[in-house]
Amino acid sequence: MSIAQATPQVTTPTAVQAPVDQSKLAEKISIRNLNFYYGDSKALKSISLPLYGGLVTAFIGPSGCGKSTLLRILNRMYDLYPNQRADGEVLLDGENLLSPKQDLNLLRARVGMVFQKPTPFPMTIYENIAFGIRLYERLPKADINDRVESALRRAALWEEVKDKLMANGLSLSGGQQQRLCIARTVAVRPEVILFDEPCSALDPISTAKIEELIDELKEDYTIAIVTHNMQQAARVSDYTAFMYLGELVEFGPTSKIFTTPNDPRTQDYITGRFG
Amino acid sequence: MTPMTDHTAKAFDADLQDLGRMVAEMGGLAEKQICDSIDALAKRDTSLAERTVAEDVQIDQIQREIEERAILTIARRQPMAIDLREIVAALRIANDLERIGDLAKNIGKRVVALDGEFQSQKLMRGLEHMADLVLTQIKDVLDSYARRDVGKALAVWRGDEEIDAVNNSLFRELLTYMLEDPRNITVCIHLLFCAKNIERMGDHATNIAETVYYMVEGHVLPDERPKGDTTSYAVAAHS
Repeated sequence: MSIAQATPQVTTPTAVQAPVDQSKLAEKISIRNLNFYYGDSKALKSISLPLYGGLVTAFIGPSGCGKSTLLRILNRMYDLYPNQRADGEVLLDGENLLSPKQDLNLLRARVGMVFQKPTPFPMTIYENIAFGIRLYERLPKADINDRVESALRRAALWEEVKDKLMANGLSLSGGQQQRLCIARTVAVRPEVILFDEPCSALDPISTAKIEELIDELKEDYTIAIVTHNMQQAARVSDYTAFMYLGELVEFGPTSKIFTTPNDPRTQDYITGRFG
Repeated sequence: MTPMTDHTAKAFDADLQDLGRMVAEMGGLAEKQICDSIDALAKRDTSLAERTVAEDVQIDQIQREIEERAILTIARRQPMAIDLREIVAALRIANDLERIGDLAKNIGKRVVALDGEFQSQKLMRGLEHMADLVLTQIKDVLDSYARRDVGKALAVWRGDEEIDAVNNSLFRELLTYMLEDPRNITVCIHLLFCAKNIERMGDHATNIAETVYYMVEGHVLPDERPKGDTTSYAVAAHS
């Protein structure tokens, strides 16, 4: 009879390299040794992790840990601001999107983003969606109509707005506005969708609808979501990354992170012992 | 991996501590029930036996309280990782302790049936010895639960073989007495059940050990537990 391991091993935390899965999982985005600076301040330290295609990856961690910063690198949002720079590699289908040769408009069509505060354009519901499509494609009106309807259906909003497509986007409720933003994002047929705390400003029912939507969307898209809500991360994601002070502490399948995490800091955070 | 600090929400810590306290209380009651039932058996004390039977409701009551509290804590706190395993462990251990209580009560019931009949000091010593071993197992495993001591839990998990060995030999002895004289059969059958009950208590102690291991380590024990109970295969020798 063999002797079972009796003493629990506490691994001393080091800069974690995310395990590269050998199975059928395909890496849509590969982040390798990513560093990020706000001026002289280093906000992200040598981050490496995969975002698997067709799956939802959640980023959790206390305020200021760098998760929103990381998300905004994935569609080069930081380019809009001076004094912010990144080095390392972020490969989208094998190509480094940090490269200065990257077409930013094209990138942002492939990698869409939904923000915490719903931000519909001050236009009609129809125009909110058509606007983005027209930026990238020349289509006859009938086709645009179809695309608008299909996007609104995808965002589970069509039934609620089909009779008032000419109403102003801002006249919708918070949850509806957020779904309008999601419709707007999927209308341009991205490959990756980034969600930055998409439900923080919403009521529980809208939150549940959007979580359900994310579950459906992952069939066609790769999704990354930043959330403060631990239970939401546990419900919605397939993989979870726990970040702290600009470092990736632990990355793994959500089922493992929330039941038997490796790192004591991860366990302390998810069980509410932090701070 | 034990957490370094308390929960930010102190009430959560209080909830978990209460669960642990209730399990400890239930364990103490179960131990007392075992002692009393064996005592009653040894002395053929029917009034002690009847008290033991009556007091089983207290153990059942605590199990209900533990379940209610565990469910409420899950609903309120959405526990994760170690906290979730602690709550699941409390539920499982309460279950095992409740069964141990029932087994002690069952012994108490049989004391009444035995009144006035065939006595054997040797048999009683065997039963008492087995009960002592079981009481030590239960005490150790509850200790391992309170201290989150995996090493101690593993020792209990492996220690059931000795109890099984005593049970096997008691089984054979009882068969011998029954074969000797058919008038012994009633008493011996009751004593057989008592021995089986004590052996089952030992098994429940190892269940609790497995739960403690799972609670601390986060996965179940990989190995097969060493088992020595051969009474299922024992055959009486006919003269």
